[in-house]
Amino acid sequence: MSLIEVVGLNHRYGERKVLENINLNINKGEAFCLIGSTGAGKTTLLRLIDLLETPASGDIYFDGLCIPKSGRQRLEIRRRMAFVLQKPQVFNLSVYDNVASGLRWRREKKDRIDKKVNEILEMVGLEDYRNRNARTLSGGEAQRVALARAMVIEPEILLLDEPTANLDPGSTAKIEQLVSYISEQGNTTIIMATHDMPQGQHLANRIGVLLDGKIVQTGDVEQVFRSPQDEEVANFVGMENIIEGVVTANNEGMVTLDIGGGAIQAVSDFPVGERVYVCVRPEDITLALSRTQSSARNSFYGKITQVVSFGPLTRVEMDCGFRLVSLVTKVSVEELSLQKRKEVYASFKATGVHLIKRRAK
Amino acid sequence: MAEIWQGFLKAIELIVSLDPEVMEIAGRSLRISVTSCLLASFICIPLGSLIHFHNFRGKRAVINIIQTFFSLPTVCVGLFVFVLFSRAGPLGGLGIMFTPTAMVIGQMILITPILLGLTISALSGVSKEIVDTAISLGASSFQTTVAVLREARYAVLAAVTMGFGRAIAEVGCAIMVGGNIRGFTRVITTAISLETSKGELELSIALGIILLFLALIVNVALNRL
Ligand SMILES: Nc1ncnc2c1ncn2[C@@H]1O[C@H](COP(=O)(O)OP(=O)(O)O)[C@@H](O)[C@H]1O
Ligand SMILES: [Mg+2]
Repeated sequence: MSLIEVVGLNHRYGERKVLENINLNINKGEAFCLIGSTGAGKTTLLRLIDLLETPASGDIYFDGLCIPKSGRQRLEIRRRMAFVLQKPQVFNLSVYDNVASGLRWRREKKDRIDKKVNEILEMVGLEDYRNRNARTLSGGEAQRVALARAMVIEPEILLLDEPTANLDPGSTAKIEQLVSYISEQGNTTIIMATHDMPQGQHLANRIGVLLDGKIVQTGDVEQVFRSPQDEEVANFVGMENIIEGVVTANNEGMVTLDIGGGAIQAVSDFPVGERVYVCVRPEDITLALSRTQSSARNSFYGKITQVVSFGPLTRVEMDCGFRLVSLVTKVSVEELSLQKRKEVYASFKATGVHLIKRRAK
Repeated sequence: MAEIWQGFLKAIELIVSLDPEVMEIAGRSLRISVTSCLLASFICIPLGSLIHFHNFRGKRAVINIIQTFFSLPTVCVGLFVFVLFSRAGPLGGLGIMFTPTAMVIGQMILITPILLGLTISALSGVSKEIVDTAISLGASSFQTTVAVLREARYAVLAAVTMGFGRAIAEVGCAIMVGGNIRGFTRVITTAISLETSKGELELSIALGIILLFLALIVNVALNRL
């Protein structure tokens, strides 16, 4: 059963519609990731779920119970959740007192608080900062305090709003590690907002794409990343190759597409004449210096126009009569000595191609 | 210049010798002002929180009026308390005119706007995110209020310090409703006023220095909290 069910939720700030007809189910124990660009309404949705605000219309069900728009019951339900805000927020108190806050507000016994707080501080690696004023911590440390302060409550639902935005890579890794640890324990349902695609991919079981106030797609991580249902989602999930094409043949599920500068083979059951977007993930495209005998159905000859490396990966852009982007490892860049103006063959499988129906504009 | 120096030496002499009359006057000053400041704080800090955390029509106007009353002249408060508690006044039957009680009431009225206004602005200094953080961690509205007050504690303390300063330093109200009765309602400021009119400048200066000294002690004590 769904732990949280959002039904027909609308929200506005003044005249501006921020969320429009949101319908969402979040299952017990899952890690659900809301992804969407800045201003899409992620924070607003999390605030509504945490009962910090009341929606303009629509309902939220918690564990099957419709949450009232006001009253004491909201506090009781809110106490079963914890919310870590986007910017690390700490009270002007010691690290210990920060972390103990939620338990004190729930009137837990003193020795129990002491035991739990110390345990959590050790877990997040802040046991030596126990008596330090939390305001003197770095951004990453403050966010760990905020996370510990939420975790110590042992909430049924942990809401995280871009928990690693504005943090350095080291702190980001620590926070992600903690979140995936909580997720693995399985007692906590996690709802996390992020605009960081790899983070969503890495931490979530299920993803909801929020674009411009609307949930445009929900599904398993693989599903959303491999088969975005429209061009916008495709763009957003890092589908860098989106080429307009038309189906020219369909041979029992193997279609041929005319993309202007060539033909692409894909697995699909779209009929001949269908106008589609041809999507290929950059990491699914392999590069070689000669036309290889690989099993890939699609192979294009082109000239490299740009090589940009970030981290262990390198993004290679080439002109094959149409633009194609490939993501390759540093090792292959060195082996093939890939550089600007170099001529290469780009290959990808027919099963690596995802087609999206083009709607008449 | 010589007079100030003389006054300074005299002040030290009076303090070191623990002059009974001076000690008595200073003690009364301190007692009355600490009492009025504490009582006013007990009313104004919760009331200021109530105003801050609730939205109602005319809230802006209320805050503007409170701030206007920061510059309430002490003699006006004196006049008001006088009218209220004098024999013929509506509360004349209580018989507290020309007593320390009347002085405490006068000072409370005098510093209420400052305590209220500065409490509200102290609370406004706490970010919306901190308030949301407390709520999201399961604080009830009362617990949230306490948490925000605690977050603003230094600014609230500054408000109390300001209130105390205004209370112990005022003379208009103390004379009008206390009457500067020796051994009963005479405080440092009313004593200075009297001694100066008698030409006893050295004693006046000594008393002025003692007043500042008292304020210093109270400030240091409050800042240690
Ligand atoms: N308190 C507010 N008042 C008015 N507009 C707001 C407020 N909070 C958010 N918004 C607007 O609502 C939209 C969605 O914001 P938000 O939920 O913060 O998006 P996200 O978290 O996805 O970046 C934005 O256009 C933002 O400007
Ligand atoms: Mg946000």
